[in-house]
Amino acid sequence: MRTQSASARSRNGHHPNGTPFAPGDGAFGEHEAERDRGSTDGPSPIERLLRTVSGAIGARVPVADLDERDPDYIRESLPAQWLLASLWFRGEVRGLGNIPEEGPVLLVGNHSGGNMSPDSLVFTLAFSTYFGVERRFYQLAHNLVLAMPGLGFLRKYGTVAASARNAERALASGAAVLVYPGGDREVHRPSWEANTINFDGRRGFVRLALDHDVPIVPVVAIGGQETALFLSRGEGLSKLLMLDRLFRLKVLPVSIAVPWGLNVGDMLGHIPLPAKITVEVLPSIDLREQFGPDPDVAEVYDHVTTTMQETLDALAAERRLPILG
Amino acid sequence: MRVQATIDIAAPPQLVWDFVTDPTRYLHFMNGITRWEIASGQARGCGARYRTLMRVGSAEVGGLVEVVEHEEPRDLAWTSVTGVDQRGRWRLRERERGNGARTHVELRLQYGVAGAGLLGWVAEQVAAPAVRENLRRSLRELKRQAEHEQARAAAAARRAAAQQQQL
Repeated sequence: MRTQSASARSRNGHHPNGTPFAPGDGAFGEHEAERDRGSTDGPSPIERLLRTVSGAIGARVPVADLDERDPDYIRESLPAQWLLASLWFRGEVRGLGNIPEEGPVLLVGNHSGGNMSPDSLVFTLAFSTYFGVERRFYQLAHNLVLAMPGLGFLRKYGTVAASARNAERALASGAAVLVYPGGDREVHRPSWEANTINFDGRRGFVRLALDHDVPIVPVVAIGGQETALFLSRGEGLSKLLMLDRLFRLKVLPVSIAVPWGLNVGDMLGHIPLPAKITVEVLPSIDLREQFGPDPDVAEVYDHVTTTMQETLDALAAERRLPILG
Repeated sequence: MRVQATIDIAAPPQLVWDFVTDPTRYLHFMNGITRWEIASGQARGCGARYRTLMRVGSAEVGGLVEVVEHEEPRDLAWTSVTGVDQRGRWRLRERERGNGARTHVELRLQYGVAGAGLLGWVAEQVAAPAVRENLRRSLRELKRQAEHEQARAAAAARRAAAQQQQL
């Protein structure tokens, strides 16, 4: 089953022998080697069952094909997205003019709202209407999101499994690529950490931008973490159930959300509260122009996260009341 | 969905025409418009293309449009090339000539997304009040600017006539 899982990862753009990204870059397929080490004592029945489920899910993750993005489908679904973004989330996106008009660009966002993240919806709608659906635009998402039944339509929007290879292919095609380095760790952070940028030291996006010599455009969103009461990431629970080793899932979030009440895992999603979502796109950062011909990855990472945190603080100061904005 | 707004402006059609055919003025009098950039070799006339955006709800909606009718100083129409389907038209009709010159101005905008189905229809209805209000405010601002320019032109003409008499 592990062989099958590795094969599935490879098909989906994950290098079966690990990635050029440093450990900790959760959004780009980290901890592969750790998982492959496995145990020499022989798996317990529970571990075998979980690995079976893991393999089944791995097989469900679709083969990453950038051609699956369908501009006509996106265009026809814009009105539905607009209704949801305008009426439910009262979305507001500022600074889209900071994104270069053409050419590849790495959009780096903070991620909020659990598995029903509204900032992605609001931003992708704004991007598609501002630049037109003809501009190639891909979003990297966790494997489990793409494996979830009923979410296959996301591939038509240009959503592909988060891996270094997929990101590289998308940038090489001249597309704009949206990544959320904080990934599952950030999106499920407790509500009282709502106004904190938390990339967990994942610097893969900096190396990606340097390797392809593309600018980084930070995208800061607020409001997503007010769509439910997020209590805990459940990292201990995830470790206990070996989800981190089997599904690259380092969290098993616990929240209070509509309609479930106590919501463990958020696997079935939830109905997000109608919190106002505000997104601010910051000026483009040309890494070599700003940090010299051989930029220090840690320095760039600190600069990006600090700038985003300052913007998030300013957006938080604008908000008078939770949810209402 | 089709929305429209009308207004009477105390200025001759040619003066109003100069406003509505000048792409550099759109950001100054069109309410809700966040972009109206020339996207072709020619700035005016049939075949001229503009990249346009109007803020409606949570998005800036628009796309590339092309002028398809340019009958001076009466009708200017454009249609979308990319982006949301749209067709717009300025209709200028002379009401009075001479000193009390007046122009009836009508701005029409048809928009929608073909193939969007029921939700597309709902979105068009929901967006209509905001779009209509944008058109109304745009016409009010156009009236203010055009009449201001007309007043300046009239004052300049009076000054020139007075100087002639003095000479």
